[in-house]
Amino acid sequence: MSASQARKKILLLFAHPSQQRSEVNLPMFELAKSLDFVTYVDLYREYPRHHININREQQRLVEHDIVIFQFPFYWYSTPSLLKEWQDLVLEYNFAYGPDGTALHGKTFICALSAGGAEQAYRADGYNHFTVRELLQPLEQTARLTGMRYLPPFAIFSSRSTQCQRQQHLAHWRKLLEALSFELINHDKVAELTTINDALPALPNLASMAV
Amino acid sequence: MTEYFLQAFVYLAAAVIAVPIAKKLGLGSVLGYLIAGVIIGPVTHLVGQETLTIQHFAEFGVVMMLFLVGLELAPSMLWQMRNRLFGLGGLQVVISTVLVAGIALLFEQPWSVSLAIGLIFSLSSTAIVLQTFNEKGLSSTEGGRNAFSVLLMQDIAVIPMLAFIPMLALPELVAAAEGLQSSAEHHEQLNLVAHLPTWAYAIAILASIGGVIVLGHFLSRPLFHYVASSGLREIFVATALLLVVGIAALMSLVGLSPALGTFLAGVVLANSEFRHELESNIEPFKGLLLGLFFITVGAGINFDILANQALVIGLLTLAVIVVKASVLWGLAVMFRIKNSNRWLFSLSLAQAGEFGFVLLSFSVQQHVIPTDIASILQLVVALSMFLTPLLFILFEHVIMPRYQADTSNPKYDDIGHSASVIIAGIGRFGQIVNRLLVANGVKTVVLDHEASQVENLRKIEIQSYFGDATRPDLLHTAGIENAKLLIVAIDNREQAIELITYVKHTYPKVKILARAFDKGHNYELLQAGADFTVNETYFSALELGAEAMTELGFHPFEVEQKKYAFCQIEAAASNQLYQQWLGGSEGEKFDPNYRKLFMQMEDSIKQAMQRDRMDKHDGAERGWTPPPKNYEKGFD
Repeated sequence: MSASQARKKILLLFAHPSQQRSEVNLPMFELAKSLDFVTYVDLYREYPRHHININREQQRLVEHDIVIFQFPFYWYSTPSLLKEWQDLVLEYNFAYGPDGTALHGKTFICALSAGGAEQAYRADGYNHFTVRELLQPLEQTARLTGMRYLPPFAIFSSRSTQCQRQQHLAHWRKLLEALSFELINHDKVAELTTINDALPALPNLASMAV
Repeated sequence: MTEYFLQAFVYLAAAVIAVPIAKKLGLGSVLGYLIAGVIIGPVTHLVGQETLTIQHFAEFGVVMMLFLVGLELAPSMLWQMRNRLFGLGGLQVVISTVLVAGIALLFEQPWSVSLAIGLIFSLSSTAIVLQTFNEKGLSSTEGGRNAFSVLLMQDIAVIPMLAFIPMLALPELVAAAEGLQSSAEHHEQLNLVAHLPTWAYAIAILASIGGVIVLGHFLSRPLFHYVASSGLREIFVATALLLVVGIAALMSLVGLSPALGTFLAGVVLANSEFRHELESNIEPFKGLLLGLFFITVGAGINFDILANQALVIGLLTLAVIVVKASVLWGLAVMFRIKNSNRWLFSLSLAQAGEFGFVLLSFSVQQHVIPTDIASILQLVVALSMFLTPLLFILFEHVIMPRYQADTSNPKYDDIGHSASVIIAGIGRFGQIVNRLLVANGVKTVVLDHEASQVENLRKIEIQSYFGDATRPDLLHTAGIENAKLLIVAIDNREQAIELITYVKHTYPKVKILARAFDKGHNYELLQAGADFTVNETYFSALELGAEAMTELGFHPFEVEQKKYAFCQIEAAASNQLYQQWLGGSEGEKFDPNYRKLFMQMEDSIKQAMQRDRMDKHDGAERGWTPPPKNYEKGFD
């Protein structure tokens, strides 16, 4: 792979209303900031009063190939501002409807942190559903807007183990690189519960990028 | 009379010429003053005999400096540093005295003379060191703070020295003096208590100190209030001077060090809300008098003796510096002062001080030290002071860079470290700003020119100071150089503009947030350099208007949307209006073009408000727009 190959541009929409308490999301966001193919947006910083600039957000979507929602899992969904963003930005005839083709062909993925253990997000766990199942509204939103949906990138027990976080950050970098280099085989990962499982198999990208 | 004018002219001219040059060359103002003194004194002989008289007068600068030092030190802080004060400072005085006296003994001086010399040279120059620390921003370093404790201890130690030195009188010198009433310079000391019995003397001293503390604590506030209410700035200055002069006089009368007395008064007043105002009033006098003092040190250097005994004097000076620096180094090791701070601590205090001059002439009067030795020692003191700025340069350019590598790991900004926000004006507006900031742990310095307002705030424990924020010197003492933000909320429109113009020009790094009265004032503040302005009535009026709409039956969430749209359009148009206003003629800022633009803005706001966001997608106001009716039939 040559460094000259055009990388896909990533739009990272980060929504965390309580960043002073963040242990894994903020490091992830900081890491993403250091990558030049990622456009990073701290939604709660830009819209502290929830007044979203629809034009600006739509423009950003148009300019990127990959859209990532990064957020802590709040009541099996996104924090409220990110939901607000969906309500306002994904307009009729922009994201859907007869003229709503702006997002067609883009890739969509969620990167989330869940406080509960992975075992809890199973049919026999106390949450009864996998994270992928719980994210079905977003999966369907991606479908309806013509985006390719990838399984979520998730960390579980996110407020408990320190060592897991370091590994998670390494995987996060790998994921961003792989998305940008288009190294992920969409068909192969399509049925996974989380995309995390596919990451170790990927080649070491940081060294390839040099 | 003419003579005084001429002398004053020579002194001032020397300072005005030499000090800026010295500062430009990085030598610091102290060396500038000293050089100025040497030039007008021994080099050109423009001034001569009166130097000594002026020096006594200029010693008052040291007194004022200690008053200012005291103002910076609340009693609680002083209590915290008691260990350093007595441990570090006390040991420094004792060990330096012993070593210097030992050297004097080697020169076959009688033990009494040696001891007196030891005492004199154990002291360092508060004036030079503190002034230099201030200029170079070293005051808050570990080395600087420790040096300060030592200086403080030395100033305290002067009192017992003044009591002790007369006991060292040499019989042969006393006899010689009795035969020939010396007409040489003598300190005219008016001393009320000299002939009292010991117990009465002790009572007089205790009463004086107690008086300063009690009066300072209970009487200063009503006095300042009374004076401040007159609104005459010069009377406030006069009161501040009166206070310092009065205390200095009282202390001299009972035979105590005036410097120590005013220091004490400063400590007593350190918690006063008038602190900053006092500081800014005394500061210029202190600066000038200290400068004068340094000039007289320079002018007083006797080149004849210096030339005749250059080698001896040079070696003695070197010996003093080496001995004192070694003692300080040892103490620094003992008290775990590390790295560059150890160097700073050792080098900064290695000279002899201005109290050395005082004690030397006192020793001569008391027949402790013979005149010929004293005149040599006087030169050693002066020379060692002269070399101090060079030691600082050595520290800055040779030693500091070596330690810089250690500190190359930058730490995050410690916001709580210094008061990062100055709030000018703490009326109905500034108060709310301050409450929000303080509640969130932001340190603020609050200034207000209304004493009663400050008083009210103190009652509810908000730290605030009486003072006119538009005075540059007051801003300086409030720490504007290191502030991140200046919040301007003073009630006088013109003064707010002046203040912003001044601060933006002098301290461009400080961000200015300002409160405006109305649109016109808003523009004027922006023009003056404010980074952010807000019309004081704007947002509260918006809230009230929104409340009115809700009362009238609009849905509160819809009202919120309308309010936001209103703000957005207003903000967008505002910049345009400001440009128009800037271009308007001086006499009529709100010219016809401006009026036209304003009416256009009102129109677009009206349109936006009337628009029904259901009917068409429009960039101005969107949100929660449902898709058109029957849209679902387009799918499948």
